[in-house]
Amino acid sequence: MIDVIDLRKRYGDLEVLKGITTTIRECEKVVIIGPSGSGKSTFLRCLNCLEDPTGGEIIFEGVNIADMRVDINIHRRRMGMVFQQFNLFNNKNVIENIMLAPVYIRTQELRAKKIKNFFIRIRNLFTSNKKELYEINTTKAKIIEEAKEQALKLLRRIGLEDKAYVYPSTLSGGQKQRIAIIRSLAMNPKVILFDEPTSALDPEMVGEVLDLIKQLADEGMTMVIVTHEMGFARKVATRVLFMDEGQIVEENTPEELFSNPKHPRTKEFLSKVLSVH
Amino acid sequence: MGSFAKKVEKFWEVFYEHGGYTRVLTGLRNTFYIAVAGLVIGIIIGTIIAIIAVSPKYKRLPRILNRICRLYVGFFRGSPMVVQLLLFYFVLLPLFGSRMTPLSVCMLVFGLNSGAYVSEIMRGGIMSVDPGQMEAARALGLSYWVSMLKVVVPQAVKNIIPTLGNEFIVLIKETSIVSFVGASDLYVAFSYIGSNTYEFMVPYLVMALIYIVLVAIIALIVKMIERSLRKSDRRN
Repeated sequence: MIDVIDLRKRYGDLEVLKGITTTIRECEKVVIIGPSGSGKSTFLRCLNCLEDPTGGEIIFEGVNIADMRVDINIHRRRMGMVFQQFNLFNNKNVIENIMLAPVYIRTQELRAKKIKNFFIRIRNLFTSNKKELYEINTTKAKIIEEAKEQALKLLRRIGLEDKAYVYPSTLSGGQKQRIAIIRSLAMNPKVILFDEPTSALDPEMVGEVLDLIKQLADEGMTMVIVTHEMGFARKVATRVLFMDEGQIVEENTPEELFSNPKHPRTKEFLSKVLSVH
Repeated sequence: MGSFAKKVEKFWEVFYEHGGYTRVLTGLRNTFYIAVAGLVIGIIIGTIIAIIAVSPKYKRLPRILNRICRLYVGFFRGSPMVVQLLLFYFVLLPLFGSRMTPLSVCMLVFGLNSGAYVSEIMRGGIMSVDPGQMEAARALGLSYWVSMLKVVVPQAVKNIIPTLGNEFIVLIKETSIVSFVGASDLYVAFSYIGSNTYEFMVPYLVMALIYIVLVAIIALIVKMIERSLRKSDRRN
């Protein structure tokens, strides 16, 4: 579903990604591990062009979104993203956070259709071969109603419907992150990118967030996860990428990679990380 | 002291019995109109300039716009407001053959001027908002401008309300220059009273008091707004 071909990213003289090639298939759960500074977060942020790649291609649903001429906003709607710092909108309450993007985008589409219909109507007045109007079967009120229903359904799913009208500043880290996850779900994405979703959480809140991610994984959502939680990586991943110095050093199924690493760098990293736990 | 009482008496005669207070009220109204219109126009212009100033510059259009905005800010911050007012009223308007009233010219110039100052305030406010907010909005597929207007700017405005209050106070005080183009404000009203009694001490004293009280009231309101905003950070 996402084909990454020789992806490169440099900041000035510093080359952070040195040519990454991989394919993320539908329903796959790809976990990226590696030491800090290895470029794994940059790689993830390049996947939805939050960082513009400086070379290579990212083919998502048949379109090279690394191309600057592509309207990236349309493709980002099909890719959710969850951040380390949650990034809930502080000026909006929980349900507004979830509804903002779906409502805005759907009303925008509705308006575009209406404008097109207007011009078609004018054109039809003057010509004999009538062009068909775009079908409009919704209104703004209906869009808001639907988005609200969906948001409440999502909140009910994570057991936070009583928090629908509070502001993010009153929530715990775990609650914020779970809401951030369902906020990206509200756009019905094809794939969700997780950028160290539990690194900023208190230890006792990590579980609830990982449980939610695991649930989504079991439902068949495609995921790319950057994480330091090795136990979680082993449980959820269908494939683990080990990155170091801007390259994919080794990739394998979690069982193989964790119990039988091939590359010396992977061995070294895993021995350091796993000995702590 | 006897002569002071006499002066007060004279002032009162013109102020109250001869209807001088209607001029003062008109002046007060105009002062408010100009300051409020100036602030509103200033916030709109300032927000636009600030967004242009913080937007990424790898395309040509933002770069050109940014240069224009810098010229604009440079002009309005680099010259006294009196000069701007005179330029607009006596140079620009005749050139375009427009017949605006002095009052509306004042509103416009005050707006343009405060736009330059508000843009700097606003830029600071926008830059103080966590960049993650913008990233989250962009990651949901909203465009740069929509993310800016729906997520970043509302938070920036909240951060800068106290500073905007100060800008409003500056505007109120600056209105005392509008008589240069023939608009009537508090200063005009009181100097009318003064020239009718050949006595300027009391009218100008009262004028100063009115300005001070006005500013104190506005400062109080700003403080109240600030406090209620801070409360909303913790609302349940």
